[in-house]
Amino acid sequence: MDRLLDRDLIVVTGKGGVGTSTIAAALGLLAASRGLRAIVAETGGHADSARLLAGTGVDHVSISPRAAMDEYLHHRLPSRTLADMLSASGMFASFVTATPGMTELLTIGKAWELAQDDRRTPGARRYDVVILDAPASGHGLAMLTAPHTFAATARVGPIHRQAGRIDASLRDPAQTAIVGVTTPEEMPVNELLELRVAVRESLGREVDAVIANAVAADRFSAADVRALQEAGGPAASAALWADGRARSQRNQLRRLRGALDEPPLRLPQLYADPLGGDEARQLATALGKRL
Amino acid sequence: MIERLRDRRVIVCAGAGGVGKTTTAAALALGLAVEGRRVAVITIDPARRLTDALGAELGNEPRRIDPERLAGHGVDVTGELWAMTLDPRQTFDDLIAQLATDERTRDNVLGNRIYQQVAGAVAGAQEYTAIAKLYELDRDGGFDAIVLDTPPSRSALDFLDAPERLTAFLDSQLMRAFVAPSGLVSRIAARGSGAVLAVLTRVTGSALIDDLRAFFASVGSLSDGFRERADAVGALLADDATAFVVVSSTEREPVAEAIHFGRALTERGLPFAGLVVNRMHVAAADRIDIQDEALARKVARTVAEVNLLAERDATALARLAQELGDEHPAVIPHLDTDVHDLDGLVAVHKHLAVPAPRRARRGRKR
Repeated sequence: MDRLLDRDLIVVTGKGGVGTSTIAAALGLLAASRGLRAIVAETGGHADSARLLAGTGVDHVSISPRAAMDEYLHHRLPSRTLADMLSASGMFASFVTATPGMTELLTIGKAWELAQDDRRTPGARRYDVVILDAPASGHGLAMLTAPHTFAATARVGPIHRQAGRIDASLRDPAQTAIVGVTTPEEMPVNELLELRVAVRESLGREVDAVIANAVAADRFSAADVRALQEAGGPAASAALWADGRARSQRNQLRRLRGALDEPPLRLPQLYADPLGGDEARQLATALGKRL
Repeated sequence: MIERLRDRRVIVCAGAGGVGKTTTAAALALGLAVEGRRVAVITIDPARRLTDALGAELGNEPRRIDPERLAGHGVDVTGELWAMTLDPRQTFDDLIAQLATDERTRDNVLGNRIYQQVAGAVAGAQEYTAIAKLYELDRDGGFDAIVLDTPPSRSALDFLDAPERLTAFLDSQLMRAFVAPSGLVSRIAARGSGAVLAVLTRVTGSALIDDLRAFFASVGSLSDGFRERADAVGALLADDATAFVVVSSTEREPVAEAIHFGRALTERGLPFAGLVVNRMHVAAADRIDIQDEALARKVARTVAEVNLLAERDATALARLAQELGDEHPAVIPHLDTDVHDLDGLVAVHKHLAVPAPRRARRGRKR
């Protein structure tokens, strides 16, 4: 796990709402603080990580399948005229929309390409590390497995070769890291544990790191709880509510730890709204202690 | 909230992933069943504990939930509560079987390599099959109401767009070029599309194109059926007997998503019925009546945190209510444990059953 930032590509995924965008941004800041040329890529057209990274020197890209498609065409076809013709005809676009899984392949392919020595855009430099804020677990997994599906379905030809190369690098823990994010709640933990199994089954590898995000402070002892119950009143009941939540989180963290080989990385719940650059830096520092 | 849904036949719960849609859908269905209706809820990827609690190994067809189980938790179901968990692959296979005019067509599609690799696995399949299942149950199930939980995609709009995307795919130029009889292909070739197809083959690979051609040819024979189905589904979603319930938490992204979805409903003239806001934190009094100083300090910090969350939630709620045009959204407090069992479901249902003040707006229609 200590070599997470040495990989070309770090894929961050987890159930919707667990904070993958914030964590992707924090990983970008951490990579930059270690002198790496880093870029955070997101896929849903959401601007959260862009906002957190504004003015930090960490690059950000929102991957559009359409742009990735045009780029792929121009890269594949030596003649600009041919590529333009295909692009303008709308036929490749229909091919992409019509072929199930093609959008996912183009998206992950673009993220992968950013860290390759031979960039598709002439003159572009490779990034040391690409951090992909992937869609929520189910769709995230579809994206991770799309290259394999196409390598198998296409059998021969350019898509077969390209998808095969991407698939091989996704399977190789030396090149790609997969980071699973969860909060200490039942459904996100379920999804994370399912993701681990699915990654093992479909990619033949492990999820490299698990982050338990937004862990609330667990500050009351059993004696405190008794005292609070006796005291009564609105402040005490708010404290008891918080203790109930902490207890439930503790159970989920225990469940998580029981299923993992090593304890998850914990990040504290933050109360700023919206989270800003300060919070992203705070999380980067916390991650830096373990990564 | 439940009173607004009494006369509706189809209730769609939409919102971002992770906001408690499944629980809300199940609790709404429970509420309608309590009122005596025969209700089915289509859940998508529910918590195991919830399905265990409902007492049935839930499959791709609705099963009736034993009223005894519910009675044990203090709710008297005078109607019937049925539940199922969507299996996208099975639903897709069933749909193909229904639309295929003969067994050979059906086997051609189901046996196609591309179909096998991708059906049910790709983004969009869950959305499409959820609607397909909803339509089928509404047509054949004999239920008074069907409550649909929607898939946990990042964008709730994926759900609304699913039937249209499929129709667009069937109408696409590519599809037509692929399934066109050879005479037509040569005519298109004469106009230049053939050259485009040749270039397409060059950038993708001939084996893939051949498989796709076979796939399109077999699916293409079902295209009229698919199109009719998509139209029927579109009409069902726009029907006045349908209600969209927008579900949100108070976090930034889900709130933005809920507002975005609400606007899309208005633009498309789809029937919005109400807003449910989950996991609201309740503000606590600042006065700390605790003698022990160390404990009082801890309580003060906790109260300050809870109040920050409550303040954030109140702002989000006000914004949601205003943007969506629902003056009396249903508000579910943040319970101290996850809601994935019957007690939790009953607790949520009680909050949904609270009648809105009189003269509550029914939500914007258009």
